[in-house]
Amino acid sequence: MRKALEGSQAIAQAVALCRPQVIAAYPITPQTHIVENIAKLVADGKLHCEYVSVESEFSAASVVLGAALAGSRTYTASASQGILLMAEVLFNIAGSRVPIVMTCANRAVSAPLSIWNDQQDSMAVRDAGWIQLYCADNQEAVDTTIQAYRIAERTELPVMVCVDGFSLTHTLEPIDIPPQQQVDAFLPPYQFARTLDPRKPISMGTLVSPDHYPEARHSHHQALLNAADEIVAADADWAAISGRSSGGLLQVEGDPDAEIAILTLGSVHGTLADARELHPELGPVKLIRLRSFRPFPTAALLQACAGLTDLVVLERALSPGGGGIVGVEVKAALLGLPNPPRVHNFAVGLGGRDVPLDIYPRLLQTVRSQPPGPFALFDVDLGRLPAEDR
Amino acid sequence: MIEVRIHGRGGQGNVVAAYLLATAAIDEGHFGQAFPAFGAERRGAPVVAFVRIADRTLRRRNQVLQPDFLIIQDRALLKVPGVLDGLRPGGGILVNTSLDAATLGEQLGREVVTLPATQLAKTHLGRPVPNTALLAAFLALTEMLPMTALTGALGQKFKGDILERNLRLIEAAAQQVPAGQWKEMAHAQGA
Repeated sequence: MRKALEGSQAIAQAVALCRPQVIAAYPITPQTHIVENIAKLVADGKLHCEYVSVESEFSAASVVLGAALAGSRTYTASASQGILLMAEVLFNIAGSRVPIVMTCANRAVSAPLSIWNDQQDSMAVRDAGWIQLYCADNQEAVDTTIQAYRIAERTELPVMVCVDGFSLTHTLEPIDIPPQQQVDAFLPPYQFARTLDPRKPISMGTLVSPDHYPEARHSHHQALLNAADEIVAADADWAAISGRSSGGLLQVEGDPDAEIAILTLGSVHGTLADARELHPELGPVKLIRLRSFRPFPTAALLQACAGLTDLVVLERALSPGGGGIVGVEVKAALLGLPNPPRVHNFAVGLGGRDVPLDIYPRLLQTVRSQPPGPFALFDVDLGRLPAEDR
Repeated sequence: MIEVRIHGRGGQGNVVAAYLLATAAIDEGHFGQAFPAFGAERRGAPVVAFVRIADRTLRRRNQVLQPDFLIIQDRALLKVPGVLDGLRPGGGILVNTSLDAATLGEQLGREVVTLPATQLAKTHLGRPVPNTALLAAFLALTEMLPMTALTGALGQKFKGDILERNLRLIEAAAQQVPAGQWKEMAHAQGA
């Protein structure tokens, strides 16, 4: 049944339905309501698990790593500086091939200090070796959290569920919280194959010589590529149980024969979807949403982009001195098409800057009136900057 | 679709007001969406929250720039630049103040509805939290949702004595504004 819930409250309930045994977290805006709600579920006796209040995000990630190695289903969540403070452990978790699920309540990274939404934090750890799934709305945040446990446990890879801060975490909307039986049927109890056990001693996290290191890295990379099938299967199987699909690796909507498409990650997709409906006079447009950024869904992307003349890549982060992050990867992938579309790459909504409905007609106007320029921040008022920074 | 922008100060329950209104709409079978645009997270700082109510699912996440209705939880906020910006023609402004509507309307040069919500809250709750009184007045003005939708939403948020006091507060508040005055506007926007 659809209930009025704040995104964070719904995510907390979804986590509880997955029956985690150890949770460790340190509060940080805009993740705070998620871990507060979970702590309340534990305190009220509605969720039976070990909830560890730690003194930093480094410890939060370390506790769930240890707990997962000891055989527990675990959960943590963070954002922004918290993700960066965890960074060292995030690489360790992934490299050790330990299944852990975490929520990244996407937020800008300091400095300048901003508590608001963009995706610089998760993009900064895109090379940590985690699966990264980006959610378009809070229903998807709930469903993806549940799917993430199955994906993590079947692939022995950690999954970061990326949920836009405030735009989703602090938005109340109608959300279906699935019944416990549905989640139990989808997510049976799990036994990590390499659980530390004194009766069967093994070594974890040891020094790896140059003789073995590249093979370990190859196997990690290959595991992430192979995880694409598990992401698709988890979404399809959960859809069969719940009646809701989150789009697998990549979601396409709009006119399938359109020659122009706009590609996004996360919740800005909804604003563009509404704007597209409001502007049929602007002609056929396809909307492509990357749900999975790691693994990068090259094959699905090429299929979605076949026949396009122009592709707008909108992202909520950048690599200063380089340009777009998503845009560069999309362009590289598109070289696999015989006639790749022109790519117009913009960053939008940085540090919580509102992305209004009228961005849609303005983007289309830009695409139709000029060839692609270099990566740019859309809607930056250069008049507010000193001449040398323009 | 009806869009509402609520202006208040940290500590006045601005986000709670937005959540309660959207919850009431969702419980009545409508689509509802509510979210804040925090400034500094501290008591007293100006804060804004948005509500959308519609009869179909809305997917947009952008801020409400052209509200149909404004709810102002503190009259002093009327001096903050931008507070009245974007109000649609024929839209309504509800202000928490002990001034009467004619006096404040003359000062502002536009039509407003006023409610002494802080005073009412002090009387019934014993605390100067004006949000639920303003919501009751808003529903009385628009008649877009039955008052039971608000009492239901309050029942999910509060229990016991605080709930009882809030129910008395909203009953008193609803009677202090002209019932149905904004009904036509609310109806035109599809509630």
